[in-house]
Amino acid sequence: MPPHGYSPSGAVLNEWARGDLAVTGQMQLFGRFLVRLMTTAITLLGVAVIVFVVIRVVPGNPIAMMLPPGATEADIATLTALYGLDKSIFQQFVIWAGGVLQGDFGMSITTRQPVLALVMGRLPATLELSVMALVMAVFLGGAAALGGTLRRGTRTEGAIDVGAGMALSVPDFLWGLVLILIFGVLWPVFHISGRVTPSLDLPFSSNFYLFESLLRFRFDLWADIVSHMFLPALALAIPLAAIIAQLLKQSLKETMHLDYVTLARTKGYSEIHVITREALPNAILPTLTLVGVQFTFLIGGTVIIERLFSYEGLGNMAIDAVINRDLPLIQGIVILFAVIFTGVNLLVDLSYALLNPRLRHG
Amino acid sequence: MELTRRNVMKMTAAGTALAASGLPLGAQAIDELVIAYNVNLPAWDPTTGPSAVNPTIQGLYQSVFDQFILQQPDLKPAPGLLTEWGWNEDRTKVSMTVREGVTWHDGSPFTAEDVAWSLARAADPATGNPINFVWSTLANFAVDGNTVTADVKQFDPTIFKWMYFLTGYVLPKAYFEKVGAEGFEAAPIGTGPYMVEKFERNAFVRLKANESYWGGAPEFKTVTIKFVTDAAARVAEIESGASHVTLEMPYEEYDRLKGGMNGVAAPISDIGMIFLNDIDVMLDPNVRKAAALAIDKQTIIDRLLSGYGVKIDTLQTPEYDAYDASITVPYDEAGAIAALAASGFGPDNPVKFTIQTTKGFKPKDYEMVQAIVGLWRKVGIEAEIEVYEIAKHYELRAADTLAPAAFYNWGNSVGDPTTSTGFAMFGPSPHSVWDGEDLIGMIGPLWGEADEAKRIAGWKAVDKFIADNALVIPLLQYVQPILSAAGVVVTPHASGALLPHLMKRA
Repeated sequence: MPPHGYSPSGAVLNEWARGDLAVTGQMQLFGRFLVRLMTTAITLLGVAVIVFVVIRVVPGNPIAMMLPPGATEADIATLTALYGLDKSIFQQFVIWAGGVLQGDFGMSITTRQPVLALVMGRLPATLELSVMALVMAVFLGGAAALGGTLRRGTRTEGAIDVGAGMALSVPDFLWGLVLILIFGVLWPVFHISGRVTPSLDLPFSSNFYLFESLLRFRFDLWADIVSHMFLPALALAIPLAAIIAQLLKQSLKETMHLDYVTLARTKGYSEIHVITREALPNAILPTLTLVGVQFTFLIGGTVIIERLFSYEGLGNMAIDAVINRDLPLIQGIVILFAVIFTGVNLLVDLSYALLNPRLRHG
Repeated sequence: MELTRRNVMKMTAAGTALAASGLPLGAQAIDELVIAYNVNLPAWDPTTGPSAVNPTIQGLYQSVFDQFILQQPDLKPAPGLLTEWGWNEDRTKVSMTVREGVTWHDGSPFTAEDVAWSLARAADPATGNPINFVWSTLANFAVDGNTVTADVKQFDPTIFKWMYFLTGYVLPKAYFEKVGAEGFEAAPIGTGPYMVEKFERNAFVRLKANESYWGGAPEFKTVTIKFVTDAAARVAEIESGASHVTLEMPYEEYDRLKGGMNGVAAPISDIGMIFLNDIDVMLDPNVRKAAALAIDKQTIIDRLLSGYGVKIDTLQTPEYDAYDASITVPYDEAGAIAALAASGFGPDNPVKFTIQTTKGFKPKDYEMVQAIVGLWRKVGIEAEIEVYEIAKHYELRAADTLAPAAFYNWGNSVGDPTTSTGFAMFGPSPHSVWDGEDLIGMIGPLWGEADEAKRIAGWKAVDKFIADNALVIPLLQYVQPILSAAGVVVTPHASGALLPHLMKRA
């Protein structure tokens, strides 16, 4: 509001009004952020309760899996008590939740290591794989969309559409097998298992091998790590690249009919300039949202792909944990996945609000 | 170095070439043996937790740790860290002689104290040893020179067999007490043929040869064991030359690849069987006998497993101590029809029950059950297949709530009848779902039978009784396929353990 006893001109009033609107918009954005934080916390609590109860209710308890032949009822009771499974589910949850609030996610039954250390140790591998897959998907999908738009109405566009359709209809694990066959067996140029060659000495202080190798200018290690990650990342990237290609191409085609694009053409700009500099900035927003949402699915997809490529990430560990009914480890991994999912969604929402003026100003 | 685009491109190209140079291993002389293993290694302590009773992991443990008694590839015991062992006359004491001149991987001497401590620790329920019930039959360990003695709290004729079975490992007393369980997990040491150099959980373990191994230094000085749990990926590993040895691939793939490399497919101590739960229609002996007689095991092995399997009619395989070739259950379709008719069943009035099975846990498990259900249908048995996870099987079996029929595999790498027929069929065992008092009465006295000949004869009688009354349906002994590069010769172990120190250069 203008200061009391002051009569500003219309232009200044407009200026204040714009400032007030900006402040109001920022307040609304902050309010929305707080609400999202609260709903995220509630979501995580819900996930924790559901996963805790479900994995204890479904058949297959870890004690039955480690019972030796000849174990007596007393032996079973001893083992059950040893792993804290003799208490009610509610009591177990209260104990576990109390520990979680203090940063203690319990001990893995199979590895006898702290769950938090295990999952945090694996998270970098999965994040690096997912980010690399995302980069590949954006690059491949973006190139296909731009190429299809540039050559719209030609056989090239048709070929890109057919390729995208194929890429989308084949699941990532099947792409993984195809890639193993082609680049692992027939033409062995990439590693098909693991994250790094075992004989290499790693001077890393973190588990972000890919990023740290770059930071340390160890391009020999970087190349080895990329050679291991390339196929699993590509397998994850192919279906996402197809989605990006289809959506971005459709958005670009719609944008290409708008007046300002026509105006740019009449100014004599080249078609590539018109697509990349004029149409793309507007057409990319829906794709950006999609990429954010799909990134969470991409991380989920690592479960099968990491198994297939024996990649030492969270997904591979998750499968072992489920097979062995390692309850504390399952809980830890699911909670971490939930944190990533909700965190990424929160970031996407915020970035979308920041990038979109209509949302920014409420 | 200046970080320019050109420099980065140059170094990336150089790095890629460097990495690529390590890719095809097959054509190079083998300095470092690479094995694509079919399971992960969750933890290093071979005496606690679920890994300790997982038979497929034992090969990894046995590369680093020694068991009290050595088990040879044919399952027979031999002097290992213990060179002599036995009971006194009245079976109230055991005595063990410990090998001298052995060292731990850290160079410290291995002593009789280590043996006594390992046995006492295994008997302590607080350590979480799942086989505690066996080890706790010994107490009051005493060391005199290189001799360890103990009191027998409860006589168990198989106690020395457990010393080369699950959790029967010797761990370093002084080192373990110094570093604790966590320290041991981070840097495990044993007296075994290989030392752990690097371990990445879910990825690989890199081993260095123990040059002072009491059994002779291993031929391959460096061994990397990659954990490749997907069978298709293991095939790709060996086919591409990225690994030199792998195991447990589909038999079709084994047949396809064995021509171009070394292949060995030997029977192992793992069998496929159908548990019959004494509930519902399985209380009718005619139904059980018909179910057993109607299965053409050899055809199933030939058609589904490419012939890789050995037909069995008891829970003993030919390598086991109580194997009796005279006990047979023939494939007899007419006999099955007659047995069912005696109870009023037939193709027009089939007897109905559920059979549970895993799908993909063992080679062609689901397909075998499908074939069996097809054979049963011909004689008048209508079985509905229920697929479950192996974890559910364990839980249902422990709670004695399996379906009337349930497919499962049973491992028994010591070959003693107590750990096959005994635990699988003795009603009070958490692994048995047959609760018949007559069988319990036959098996009960055998647990503590001190006369070995009488004990084995007793188990053979039990197996005969089981076969005659169709209390379980043994199907086949599994064959383990192993493929290795042309330069590597693998000695298979009947326990199913893939042991790098038994591998030689061709």
